[in-house]
Amino acid sequence: MRVSGQTMWQQHLAKLRLYQRQCALTSKAVRVHQLHSTSTGFTDRCYDDLYPGHIHTTPIQKALLAVGSGVAALQNPYRHDMVAVLGETTGHLALLNLRDRMRNDPEGYTVLTERPRIRLSTLDLSKMASLPDGSFGREYLRFLEDNHVTPDSRADVKFVDNEELAYIMQRYREVHDLLHTLLGMPTNMLGEVAVKWFEAAQTGLPMCALGAVLGPLRLNARRLQSLFTSLGPWALQNGRRSRCILSIFYERRWEQSVEDLRQELNIEPPPITLSATNKKSTKKYE
Amino acid sequence: MSASMRLLVRRAIRLSDTNIQISAAARAAARAAARSSSCRCFSDAAEDRSTHFGFETVPETEKAKRVYKVFENVAQRYDIMNDAMSLGIHRVWKDMLLHAMHPQPGVRLLDVAGGTGDISFRFLEYVRSQQERQRRRAARSMQTPSWQDISNNYSTEDEDGPLESRAVVCDINKEMLKVGKQKADSMGISTGLSWVVGDAEELPFDDDQFDIYTIAFGIRNVTHIDQALREALRVLKPGGRFMCLEFSKVTNPVLARLYDAYSFQMIPVLGEVIAGDWKSYQYLVESIRKFPDQEEFTGMIEDAGFYCVQYRNLTGGVVALHSGFKL
Repeated sequence: MRVSGQTMWQQHLAKLRLYQRQCALTSKAVRVHQLHSTSTGFTDRCYDDLYPGHIHTTPIQKALLAVGSGVAALQNPYRHDMVAVLGETTGHLALLNLRDRMRNDPEGYTVLTERPRIRLSTLDLSKMASLPDGSFGREYLRFLEDNHVTPDSRADVKFVDNEELAYIMQRYREVHDLLHTLLGMPTNMLGEVAVKWFEAAQTGLPMCALGAVLGPLRLNARRLQSLFTSLGPWALQNGRRSRCILSIFYERRWEQSVEDLRQELNIEPPPITLSATNKKSTKKYE
Repeated sequence: MSASMRLLVRRAIRLSDTNIQISAAARAAARAAARSSSCRCFSDAAEDRSTHFGFETVPETEKAKRVYKVFENVAQRYDIMNDAMSLGIHRVWKDMLLHAMHPQPGVRLLDVAGGTGDISFRFLEYVRSQQERQRRRAARSMQTPSWQDISNNYSTEDEDGPLESRAVVCDINKEMLKVGKQKADSMGISTGLSWVVGDAEELPFDDDQFDIYTIAFGIRNVTHIDQALREALRVLKPGGRFMCLEFSKVTNPVLARLYDAYSFQMIPVLGEVIAGDWKSYQYLVESIRKFPDQEEFTGMIEDAGFYCVQYRNLTGGVVALHSGFKL
């Protein structure tokens, strides 16, 4: 089992490397195209001045966007872009709060100044694969594999009118997967709701709170029971007492073991282990 | 200069133009001469000329590409967005275009920038209902036919062939045409409709082909509007009608303020929520502001060579229906 697992892992690694190379190429191509289009057009637009992808919106537009995206996200939960827009338009106060917490934390301050991004192109997958089991990097890679997800599918921030807050929002989206790994939750509905409860308690973003309230509506009775009796209270308690998860410079902690990281962040291990095999088809990326 | 004098002068210029237009090469030369005489090229290189893309300024060569991208992105949700943005009123506008057109069975329609086919579908329905009415009228007048009448009817039973109206939907964007074709299939319309990819500034049709040329909400996206108008003149038969439905200037100042507020606040938000594309709909509302107003556009149509050019404001000037004839 071990030997075949190794060769299977090598195959997966090869696939991931290829994908990584593809992503790097396409992201480079997109960046070049963006540069090209803004340099050849004599643009005097007021867009793209705070950060790439930024769109100026008036307060009325933000309010309309919040309502519209909320309705659209409720009607069709597969509209991840609508969930993202809802988060951006309603999260101003929570983002300010997060920024203060990050500034007061030395490592968080480093994150704010160095602005790391989590993308396949920036991860050294072979090095992470060679790490021992139980280390954060290895477990994260295993999580990506088991749940067939990639860190490159996050929507860009568009409607936040402050460059630093936009980065914090983007960092929150990218850290979501890492949070799954830390909490040991798969990407099925129950796991996502548990992570949402944790995030709502941690960040105070209204979008998380909305997801936390409405997510359980789609769970069956058995899962609801496990949510309300064990997973839910665990998520809420840990969310409240843990250190700010955005303040951690994850990119420098791949070698650290997951247990160690959990202790440092003040998170208890999950009360029940959920497997990724019985996942419903909804994958929420926020 | 009075309007009639203006028309006379234009006719004189055009007559002198037609005398030169004997061969295609000569025609191209005349077009180039006409272009330079309209003082459009300050330099020979096309890349130096710039035009507007919404409120942005872009090189002319880039505008067509960017417009193509916009419509490629919005094609799938185009009809839903039209209904949402205009609260369904766009259907009324298109119906009014058809009523003004009043097409009779047997005419050939060219629907430029027809994309998803709204005008063409309405055209076919209108013409078919007209045909029904005519047939019913004929049947009513033939309540007691003689044997001679009956034998005449049998011999002319395939007269529907030449009386069949045809609509050609022409669009530069393949995605929009794809959506239109899917709509046609789902509506079960198979005959009388063809789908052609083509540029309004350079139509892939011979001269004097069509009875009616329509362009609904498309001409403001064309880089050289005067060229599109000249092409329209070329492909129409003598006696053919040019009809253009386009967003225009609202005359009433109160309505104008409300319309502006609605356009700039609401429409990009609708675009983001329904179609996931803010920027395309921002371009849409900006391009409406950049389009010439009713009178100026009337002048442009007359300059291209149309006669009896008139316009009608719909919904207080939000939309204007321009019509001209090739005589």
